[in-house]
Amino acid sequence: MKIALFATCIVDAMYPATARATVSILERLGHEVIFPAGQACCGQMHVNSGYFREALPVVANHVKAFEEDEYDVAVAPSGSCVASVKHQHPMVARRCGDAGLEARAAAVGHKTYELSQLLVDVLGVTDAAAQLGSYFPHRITYHPSCHGMRLLRLGDRQLDLLRSVAGIEVAELPEAEQCCGFGGTFSMKNADVSSAMLADKTANICGTGADLCAGGDASCLLHIGGGLSRQGSGVTTMHFAEILASTLENPAAVTGDVRLTTGRTAR
Amino acid sequence: MSGTFLGMPSLPVFGIGNLHEHEPFPKAARRELGNTQLRANLGHATRTIRDKRLAVVSELPDWEELREAGRAIKESVMARLPELLEQFEANFTARGGTIHWARDAGEANAIVASLIREQGADEVVKVKSMATQEIGLNEYLEEQGIAAFETDLAELIVQLDHDKPSHILVPAIHKNRSQVRDIFLREMEGVDPELTNEPARLAAAARAHLRRKFLSAKVAVSGANFALADSGTLAVVESEGNGRMCLTLPETLITVMGVEKLLPAWEDLEVFMQLLPRSSTGERMNPYTSLWTGVTPDDGPQNVHLVLLDNGRSAALADEMGRSALHCIRCSACMNVCPVYERTGGHAYGSTYPGPIGAILSPLLTGITAEENNSLPYASSLCGACYDACPVKINIPDILVHLRGEDVDSKRGKRGKRGRERLPSQMDLGMKAASWALSSGKNLGLVEKALPLGRIAAGPDKKITKLPGIAAGWTQSRDIPAPPAQSFRQWWDKEHRAPAAPTDPTGTGDAGTGNAGTGSAGTEENP
Repeated sequence: MKIALFATCIVDAMYPATARATVSILERLGHEVIFPAGQACCGQMHVNSGYFREALPVVANHVKAFEEDEYDVAVAPSGSCVASVKHQHPMVARRCGDAGLEARAAAVGHKTYELSQLLVDVLGVTDAAAQLGSYFPHRITYHPSCHGMRLLRLGDRQLDLLRSVAGIEVAELPEAEQCCGFGGTFSMKNADVSSAMLADKTANICGTGADLCAGGDASCLLHIGGGLSRQGSGVTTMHFAEILASTLENPAAVTGDVRLTTGRTAR
Repeated sequence: MSGTFLGMPSLPVFGIGNLHEHEPFPKAARRELGNTQLRANLGHATRTIRDKRLAVVSELPDWEELREAGRAIKESVMARLPELLEQFEANFTARGGTIHWARDAGEANAIVASLIREQGADEVVKVKSMATQEIGLNEYLEEQGIAAFETDLAELIVQLDHDKPSHILVPAIHKNRSQVRDIFLREMEGVDPELTNEPARLAAAARAHLRRKFLSAKVAVSGANFALADSGTLAVVESEGNGRMCLTLPETLITVMGVEKLLPAWEDLEVFMQLLPRSSTGERMNPYTSLWTGVTPDDGPQNVHLVLLDNGRSAALADEMGRSALHCIRCSACMNVCPVYERTGGHAYGSTYPGPIGAILSPLLTGITAEENNSLPYASSLCGACYDACPVKINIPDILVHLRGEDVDSKRGKRGKRGRERLPSQMDLGMKAASWALSSGKNLGLVEKALPLGRIAAGPDKKITKLPGIAAGWTQSRDIPAPPAQSFRQWWDKEHRAPAAPTDPTGTGDAGTGNAGTGSAGTEENP
């Protein structure tokens, strides 16, 4: 299958390891990955902040970028950005009175998948250890991001994939379905409420005794990781793609105070 | 219909009354977050109600179909509201009731006061009602020399304390029982001075106090949960039975109801009587459902009135994206699942309607340009929990985003003081710059060339801990990691420019950290 990677702006600029892990997983499964060069961002920050007029060129660029190459499906390692491509892009075009763009955006959205959706529903991955060679000997917990959970209805796809990684120990996160408080510009406009939500999330994460918190959205992980770092916690965050890409030969490096579940010390 | 013909109003008529923030939400929220009693009570109460709701909802195999039916019925009501209102008026009037039309809070208050005066009364008992809180009826009647006594226990507590409700279902959620005892001792006429904070003793004190009012009041004022167009019937759904007392004992009954509360027919109640109790109190069925149709000779109130309230509802109805907010049946499920509400409580929203529904309903009723209400649509992380919980499937997150768009657009090119064009805010400028950077791969690639600067800013700790301007909100509780040495785009370009090299990224110079071969970056790039 020919798969077009939508890296998403935050992963492209801040977390390239997540996109490289995504490429690695898909290539290991024997698929060809392309990276449409015109891509930039889904425009969600603009839309969710009410800047529809400024969002329009961002949306139009995404649609154009993902129309230029021939491919079977597009994939992004983000529930939030995929939800934006699928649900918000046609709405932005409609609101700005561009019916042509609305139809084209719907077509691009139709063949865009979140990574766990693609792996489980389309590529039939159910056992990461057996099918991808995934090996990650750490105790983790997992935060299901809101948009993947509620807009894409990903259910336990990401968590089930993580559970099937060799060597992993997964600790259940209390009140996992509660938002971490990121919400894009909400974290700045309503910084106090956002911080109060984050404090509860990080307390729940630290209470699990996990070495790191995994998730499927770099933006939420940036938020949670930023809070953990500020609190001086040794617990870190990592995208589930990097955990799936980790193997015995090439284990993913984890920063922070990490214990190996095998009893050795990681660093 | 009442004798006062109101003429053709100029549109839109926005709502007035208790629908406004008095300060921007972030400021109010900051104050409320500091109230530890409030946060503890709210956290406990919302968790309890959340769990109860989930339990009774999961019993119903057709819950999603019920929600869809509720949504569809409400949508059809909004689509033919004028026709249904006239049908209701004809039926209600034929059964001996009197209808009054009120364009806004001021008109509704004046109508109610004059009806009370006609009876020579100077006090009324009240059934818990959101509509009368919205129009500030109690305060208005007090100015007119008429005392209004709330009879819902929690409303009574709040009223005696000269406070405001903080939750639409459990208005005194922010008070504990010792606080309630102190309020009763201080404010309740003839209360036992030895009163303790035991719930049974507190309830008995309230019961004795309310009995006196029920038996002496000549006039009752209520709201209504539903109105059935095909019969002219009104319905009140409650838990304590105090509402039933008000609806049956006094000679005169005046109901104030928003025009959106209509349902087409009796059988529609079947859907809503399953949706409402489960969504609000987490019960399969509420203890008291009272229905009345005009006047029944020699039984119950003989002088029955209904004030149909617009107060911004027509304006909300005219908003194609926002109109489904009028589907709300005031169950409060959205509040109980909202992570923002759970931490700030209802007072932070200013309006009678707090929480996620308040964040859309208040600005829809008052207009987004109304003072301070433009901060309400931003009081959400857009997590979507409210949409999932809503029994009539109001897409609150989408409407929040729509209203943010209205707010941003309303400020474009606006002239400030002395006729000068309003200067763009930091947010405006940032969004404009980001729109350029993010609307082409080439532009974003250029911006990413500056990533090493971020690494310098992060310094040896590999984190950024202090940012200026609006971004300072982020760094008040969160660090930002040092950016990577190269973006994914730069890595991809290098890898794919030389097709001879395999797509194995071990050559990036950080093989020592171990994981590069998996496609993951090492610590060097992902601090």
